[in-house]
Amino acid sequence: MQKAVLTGEIFTQGDIAAAEGALAAGCRFFAGYPITPATEIAERMAYRLPRIGGRYIQMEDEIASCTAVVGASYSGVKSMTATSGPGVSLMNETIGLAVMTETPMVLVNVMRGGPSTGQPTEASQSDIMQAKWGSHGDYEIIALIPSSVQEMFDLTIKAFNLSEQFRVPTFVLADEIIGHMRERLVIPPEDEIKIVNRKKPTVPPEEYLPFKADADLVPPMATFGEGYHFYATGLTHDERGYPVMDDAAQLALVPRLCDKIRKNVDKITEAELTETEDAEVLVVAYGGEARTAMRAVKDARAKGMKIGLFRPITVWPFPKEQLKIAASNAQHVLVAELNYGQLVGEVERVIRHEIPVHLIPRVCGSPHSPDELMKEIRRRID
Amino acid sequence: MTTTPKTITEGEHPILDYIRRDRLPHIFCSACGIGTVLNAFANALRSLNYDIDRLVVISGIGCTGRASGYFAADGYHTTHGRAIAFASGVKVANPDLNPVVISGDGDLFAIGGNHFIHAARRNVDMLVLCINNFNYGMTGGQMGPTTPDSAITVTSPDGNIEHPFNLVSVAAASGAVFVARWTALHARRLTKSIEKALQKKGFKFIEVISPCPTLYDRYNRHGSGLDVMKKYRELSVIRNFTDPMKAEIDYRTRIVCGEFVDTEKPEFTDLLAKQAETLQQR
Repeated sequence: MQKAVLTGEIFTQGDIAAAEGALAAGCRFFAGYPITPATEIAERMAYRLPRIGGRYIQMEDEIASCTAVVGASYSGVKSMTATSGPGVSLMNETIGLAVMTETPMVLVNVMRGGPSTGQPTEASQSDIMQAKWGSHGDYEIIALIPSSVQEMFDLTIKAFNLSEQFRVPTFVLADEIIGHMRERLVIPPEDEIKIVNRKKPTVPPEEYLPFKADADLVPPMATFGEGYHFYATGLTHDERGYPVMDDAAQLALVPRLCDKIRKNVDKITEAELTETEDAEVLVVAYGGEARTAMRAVKDARAKGMKIGLFRPITVWPFPKEQLKIAASNAQHVLVAELNYGQLVGEVERVIRHEIPVHLIPRVCGSPHSPDELMKEIRRRID
Repeated sequence: MTTTPKTITEGEHPILDYIRRDRLPHIFCSACGIGTVLNAFANALRSLNYDIDRLVVISGIGCTGRASGYFAADGYHTTHGRAIAFASGVKVANPDLNPVVISGDGDLFAIGGNHFIHAARRNVDMLVLCINNFNYGMTGGQMGPTTPDSAITVTSPDGNIEHPFNLVSVAAASGAVFVARWTALHARRLTKSIEKALQKKGFKFIEVISPCPTLYDRYNRHGSGLDVMKKYRELSVIRNFTDPMKAEIDYRTRIVCGEFVDTEKPEFTDLLAKQAETLQQR
């Protein structure tokens, strides 16, 4: 049998690193549908899963793929799908169901240009807001944004851990640059990889209430076939999981679904701060664009400019406390993103117009070059 | 919520051990056929002494969509049309589980039609019980993919002009290994077919024609639920192994019932396991 964790150094692609990260995290079920630029993840899973005792199924569409993942997760198997924006558009129905039935699952979205079919083979970061609230209703999810092939691996593991810990669908929001780029990936030994598993019930079946949360606002999760005989529904439900259509049931459920994320923001969020301590100019960038921004910031620093980079690694929930620290000496905040302005709104919410927040959008399928980005920064601050 | 089979005491309903007692009374209208089908399903479980721990009852949205919430087994109520996709995930992830989908004609064949044909094509092991009442009941009686020619519904107020699906024909053409049709009148024959299907591996489909006295049958002046059942008795003919394409369903002439397909074909999760085993030995 092949090894689930391919410990060692390899030169590989971001999409493949995401697949290997999933396997290292314990993922043993993948359902998907072909879509550029995420297909390599499905291809890797189709090859790898049956060889390590897992299962791959190619479904008839993305709705079915996401729904099968929820079914598999409820059957006790760590499960994932991977797609791009058009696929997420279809999956959003089931993402709502997964939120409502508190399903641990991971979705990798390798973002391409939209709207609609858009630019399938080009890079984009235009699904930032879709990830947050693409489905209807009040809810919170977790989304992580990798900036390297290594992070495709590391953050996919982290996404599984967070989804298991908080029983919430978790996104790896990669852009096509990171999904398709090839660089060095270091896969650590299996026993050095931190794995988090969902909480299991500690009470006998007759006492088990499937949606009664503990103090951390997360309920322990039984799975099908364990004899708990529980029921789960996308309808508003009580602690027994039974549908209830009154105000009290909605009040007891929906705020908890949001608060289990909102009140644990400090346990979830992660950001990288580079040269921000004395930075008068703060660049905010993530994913593929953060690599450009890093070069631009380092080049400008070498020329004596007091400039720093804030890179959110967790984008939802947004690492606002980290941003406040990064921006503490800033006179200008510049948000460079491969879209026409999405995360900039969240940055403005945190900065609250105390200092000017400038958007540097780019919607044309390729990232800025460091020089181009620096010109855009200069144009806004000089 | 454990279900330990116990001796039935006098006056206690024999299927109560299979039902979530704390969810009774159910939400279904008086004279609706859903209750009959759930009763038949519970009776089939009881007569087979079925392993409830391995059963997962799954449904979509609509009147029949509520069915999964009444059994003392693991149950899941998906979004509209997705019960079969969910069941595929369950079966592939853990082949020891036995998913049973109970849902309506609109859920399974309009919004969920794509999932139905592909799960049947793959021959994923599950039983699909479709309660066909010819309309969308939960939302107030709109036309759907099974609404007969000229029938009156709230969204076909001048008579339906769409051609309906013949569900057993769709199931057989898509690759189901067991296909049957009964009406809510045929409670015993339905129970026997469910028993047979539960013991068979692969994608099994049973359609149950059901009265909707509150909406569909009222708009079409079919009389009371009892009148509809009388009409079923008058119109039904049993033709086992008839060509599903020719298994007509016409409230004016006849309703052909019976077990139309009972065949063998390699099951999807068995094939997956076999392939994986070979690969792992390499």
